[in-house]
Amino acid sequence: MLRFIVRRLVQMVGVLVVLSLLLFLWLRSLPGGTVSAILGERATPQSRAAMEAQFGLDQPIWVQYGKFVGRVLQGDFGPSTSVLPGTDALTIFFQRLPATIELSFFAMLIAIALGIPLGYFAARRRASLLDNASVIFSLVGIAIPVFFLAFLLKYVFAIKLGWLPVSGRQSGDVDATRVTGFFVIDGLITREFDASWDALKHLVLPSIALASIPFAVIFRITRASVLDVLDEDYIRTAESKGLTNRVIRGRHILRNAMLPVTTTIGLQIGALLAGAVLTERVFSFGGLGEALALSFERRDYPVLQVLILAAAAIYVLVNLLVDIMYAVIDPRVRTR
Amino acid sequence: MTFKRKATPFAVLTVAALALTACAQSDRDDSGSDSGSSGGGTSTFTFGAAGAPKVMDPFYATDGETFRVTRQMFEGLVGIKAGSAEVEPELAEKWEPDASGTNWTFTLREGVKFTDGEPFNADAVCKNFTRMFDQNPAGQVAAEYWATTFGAFKAKAAESLYKGCEVKDEKTVVLSVTRPTSGFPTFLSLDALSMQSPKAMDAGKANDVVAQGEGFTYPAYSKAAVGTGPYKLDKYDEANKTVTLVRNDDYWGDKAKNAKVVFKIIPDESTRRQELEAKSINGYDLPNPADWKGLESAGNKVEVRKPFNVFYMGLNPTKNPKLTDIKVRKAIYQALNRDELVKTQLPEGAKVATQMMPDTVSGYNKSLEAVKYDPAAAKAAITAAGGLTLTFAYPSEVSRPYMPNPQKLYQAMAGDLEAAGIKVNTVTKPWNGGYLDGVDANAFDAFLLGWTGDYDSAANFIGTFFGNMDANNFGLAKQSFGPTLVADLAKADSIVDETERDKAYEKLNQQIQEEYLPALAISHSPPALVVGEGVEGIVASPLTAEEFSGVTVGGK
Repeated sequence: MLRFIVRRLVQMVGVLVVLSLLLFLWLRSLPGGTVSAILGERATPQSRAAMEAQFGLDQPIWVQYGKFVGRVLQGDFGPSTSVLPGTDALTIFFQRLPATIELSFFAMLIAIALGIPLGYFAARRRASLLDNASVIFSLVGIAIPVFFLAFLLKYVFAIKLGWLPVSGRQSGDVDATRVTGFFVIDGLITREFDASWDALKHLVLPSIALASIPFAVIFRITRASVLDVLDEDYIRTAESKGLTNRVIRGRHILRNAMLPVTTTIGLQIGALLAGAVLTERVFSFGGLGEALALSFERRDYPVLQVLILAAAAIYVLVNLLVDIMYAVIDPRVRTR
Repeated sequence: MTFKRKATPFAVLTVAALALTACAQSDRDDSGSDSGSSGGGTSTFTFGAAGAPKVMDPFYATDGETFRVTRQMFEGLVGIKAGSAEVEPELAEKWEPDASGTNWTFTLREGVKFTDGEPFNADAVCKNFTRMFDQNPAGQVAAEYWATTFGAFKAKAAESLYKGCEVKDEKTVVLSVTRPTSGFPTFLSLDALSMQSPKAMDAGKANDVVAQGEGFTYPAYSKAAVGTGPYKLDKYDEANKTVTLVRNDDYWGDKAKNAKVVFKIIPDESTRRQELEAKSINGYDLPNPADWKGLESAGNKVEVRKPFNVFYMGLNPTKNPKLTDIKVRKAIYQALNRDELVKTQLPEGAKVATQMMPDTVSGYNKSLEAVKYDPAAAKAAITAAGGLTLTFAYPSEVSRPYMPNPQKLYQAMAGDLEAAGIKVNTVTKPWNGGYLDGVDANAFDAFLLGWTGDYDSAANFIGTFFGNMDANNFGLAKQSFGPTLVADLAKADSIVDETERDKAYEKLNQQIQEEYLPALAISHSPPALVVGEGVEGIVASPLTAEEFSGVTVGGK
């Protein structure tokens, strides 16, 4: 197991090195760039040249890449130029990471809490009204674009009904103490419960929007997987042995059906970042997704580089964790 | 055994949570004190900002979002009269030049203190100017407004407009410049040149800017800068994207009418509008002109500013020699139906431009009339010139106050040009994805651009456009009038007498419009800001330099 983990980690480093080079070359090949983003229409050839010289952009691309790698190895991705100007890009990443984790956690919680039971019951009551309604509901979840759903939820529940906040992570007039960067947890540990409650209210709509696709996918995989398991001989054997329904459900059906569902959940966590870009943008939720969108729009290369490399690292790590989970759930995998 | 295994993670989590609870304490002030104790109001004014402030030290700021925040906390020697572009006394009560126009004596206001308790006096003024002048190489690039106003720093002192600062007494200071210029002392009203606490700057090593990678790293002071204004910084919650300012109860002037100003950073314009509808913010800047009526009918107030900008079509003969012919340039002007353009594509209150600066700027020539739309004359002139093919560019992914929808403006203009027999090759590039670079690199024959003024001076408009032979977007080196125009602009800028100077600029505006036409002035558009129901006291500024200390929310 250890060798397996080490091998995968080494592969991850290789992926990141190649990606960093491609990313660096791609960003530099784009027209425009940091200097135009900073100077705007006030740029003159002189001010442009002075700034390019300060940033070393007048040097050959391979020199620039060498310096970039040298800095990155010291954990220095450079300061942001527009998302949070002057602040180290890596600091911005860690500052915004809790927001995305918080949002993804709640989105995943909704997706799993609804998707697995609904998928299970839909399979157990195949072709029933519940099954048909759930399938249609999940199809809508997949078909509806995340940003559209986000706008729709915002329009109805925040603007028209006024039940929930329009955007952000916490209201501006809430005087909250920051400890971990997870606003809900911070409010609990500092006993500023109003701050926690306010943060939770801000999480509801973006979490639902972000959960729509993972919910639909988890539901469908659970349903299909349970249907497959129900047809297996060992279920019939278990029933004929006279095992209780509870044991059959828990030990035989759900446990076996959960294998593909676990893989799916892992992949969906990786894919959440893509959804987070749209959801966080629509809700101005200060997480990594919003930072990614802004850094691209405003050519904030340091932030963009950190975020893309981190996204790749997270994706690879999550897949590694899924593989490990697989081995924990299904002991046969460990011996392969 | 099973219990133990299952219980372990929960036990670890519980211990961790308890440990955190023990370490973490609320930062809230439980004393129950009210920041409105000085007699001001108790309301909080929440403003939706489009971007994060770059720094809290305005000297290194270059963007409107930063200045909107710092403007509430800092003041300059010279101020701007609310609702206008005219200068008025601020930290200096009066100022006067000597006969040469190079030595200016400023009499400072008494009883002013920085928010850290340090006194504001002549010594503080000189320390500020010394600090601004003496920048390291990174600081010289980062401090863009000093570079554009004073030209150079201590490292190239001979090229700088700044000469020195002399303390005459506690309340009198003499600022010297190397040559008389129309912009001085007006440009001391720029937020970037505000006065800051010398003690706080020393302690926070305010000048320690470092170029790192592709950006600047600023010293600790830049997040806790100290000024003399009606507010001081309470906190910048980067995680929640809010900046909170609280009233400065020791302010020398009228105390702020609200207790707090909160800037909530919301990058998306439609979300800002929705936040206003939901009443979770009290205002935001630059609402889309298409939304103005809807916003007003929902009970909000759209405050339209006087135009302080110009939208123009730049012409660059570098790659198209036909553009050196004044008849061709005039024909292009005549081909444009600007009345229609202003009526259909620009917000209410927009005007057809008669020159390259708005009427709110000194030196504006009132006698000039707009070039009339005459497609027949344009067509005849183009035919006589043997036809014209124009590589005409417009930017995408951008909206500017003077150019709310570049694509629609372009389409209307290109249509007019084609109707006059001009062959138009359309080029479109993202604003920051090749467009601005392309304009600077002389890549287009014609392009759409504009300018919002920084201060009331013709030098800030026509001087910026055409005052430099090498650094301009209009290929002046290819135009026969280029050297004359550049020299005349420099001459006008150095006239000490205001009346004489205004006359010189008026004449230059006439020459630019009638003899030179290096660019075609199209229009002036009024940008607006919007505030919600119950918000009183906001005064729209042509310079977008609104101060929030007079604002009340819901009468509180």
